[in-house]
Amino acid sequence: MPELIGLVLFSMLGITAIGVIVIKDLFAVVMLFGIYSFLSALIFVNLDAVDVAFTEASVGAGISTVLMLGTLALTGRKEKTHTHKSILPLLVVVITGAALVYGTLDMPPFGDPNNPIHQHVAPRYIQDSPQEIGLPNMVTSVLASYRAFDTLGETVVVFAAAIGVLSLLGLPKRDRAAINSGLKQHMVLRVVAKLIIPLTILFALYVQFHGDYGPVGGFQAGVIGAAAIILYTLVFGLPNATKVLQPTLLRGLAALGVLIYCGTGVAGLLLGANFLDYNPLASDPVAGQHIGIILIELGVGLTVFAAMLSIFYAFAGQAERTNIQ
Amino acid sequence: MSFIVDYYNYWVAVFLMMAGFYLVISAGNLVKKVVGLNIFQTSVFMMYITMGKVSGGSAPILAEGITSYSNPLPHVLILTAIVVGVATTAVGLALIVRIKRAYGTVEESEFEDKEDLI
Repeated sequence: MPELIGLVLFSMLGITAIGVIVIKDLFAVVMLFGIYSFLSALIFVNLDAVDVAFTEASVGAGISTVLMLGTLALTGRKEKTHTHKSILPLLVVVITGAALVYGTLDMPPFGDPNNPIHQHVAPRYIQDSPQEIGLPNMVTSVLASYRAFDTLGETVVVFAAAIGVLSLLGLPKRDRAAINSGLKQHMVLRVVAKLIIPLTILFALYVQFHGDYGPVGGFQAGVIGAAAIILYTLVFGLPNATKVLQPTLLRGLAALGVLIYCGTGVAGLLLGANFLDYNPLASDPVAGQHIGIILIELGVGLTVFAAMLSIFYAFAGQAERTNIQ
Repeated sequence: MSFIVDYYNYWVAVFLMMAGFYLVISAGNLVKKVVGLNIFQTSVFMMYITMGKVSGGSAPILAEGITSYSNPLPHVLILTAIVVGVATTAVGLALIVRIKRAYGTVEESEFEDKEDLI
């Protein structure tokens, strides 16, 4: 039965992709892409990857849709139709695709427990991590402890991307108060937003501190927290939002998150273990792992929250500037 | 039937990858190119998560009475890749905004100077 659900969901994903190619209205394309992300999240649930599904639903469907819409507001929503259609791209794609499909026939069959991928490090993670790390969620154990070095790299990439966007788009000017900014005149939106925002922030905190036990963690928490503030910005306008959370504060928070992460690693070094080894942080290795994981999840959450929000502020500031002109 | 179930996920991943590839090389609008890149990227996610699945297994969260778990390693790799993917998409979109400001268009065919073509 799960296989059948998988077949249907994968087919729907393919159809959505065709829709994205064919449709010329870019607003519809971005909305379809949001649907595409939610479909992907469903597929991930069906394939047991609940952590990934949570991330895709919050990040892929939430933040990237908002950012693409922000870009469309600045660049226009219609794609120009070409006068001359070339057959060459289609030919290249069909030949490459045929070669790749031929390649998939050498892949091990789907779902077989004897596949090579399940023989190498996975048994160690599945059998020993509950005792070694003391967490029921193996994904968190691998993410924050066994492969914490990878995660550090990814956190730094998010931080670097935020710096890149800020240097490309500049910082929003605070004193230029736009009166018509936001959607304040819509009463329903205003009331509903005020109801939802505190709950969203509360949920983000739950996600942040429940990562040890459920399919959640710092990445998702940061994004959900940023989504709450993004909602506030959309309804009440950028000037109000920057009064609550100043861009300078956000830049500081993003750096602080990376600092906490690296600091936890260096603390392990100073206590005589390897970089990002949490065992010596407490007298009991499992308690040490707990402290280390909570700290680096906090660092990840802070950096992702601040980076995503800074990126959104930069796009919103651009849109506001264009509106004033 | 079992042959199709065994390989269907990989074929769809290839199809999505090619759909994204097609958008990147044929679309004239830069925003659409970025959407194409994102589709290309999700196809890789699908491939990894498909490989991590064990038939009859459960999500890799320790629970009473469950003996077979899916592989947690691809989940970790893809989870972080999704967040990084959005961050890099944001950089791409920011570049598009700057291109619009500098050249007044985001359509490849409308760049006046041939040397400006992307």
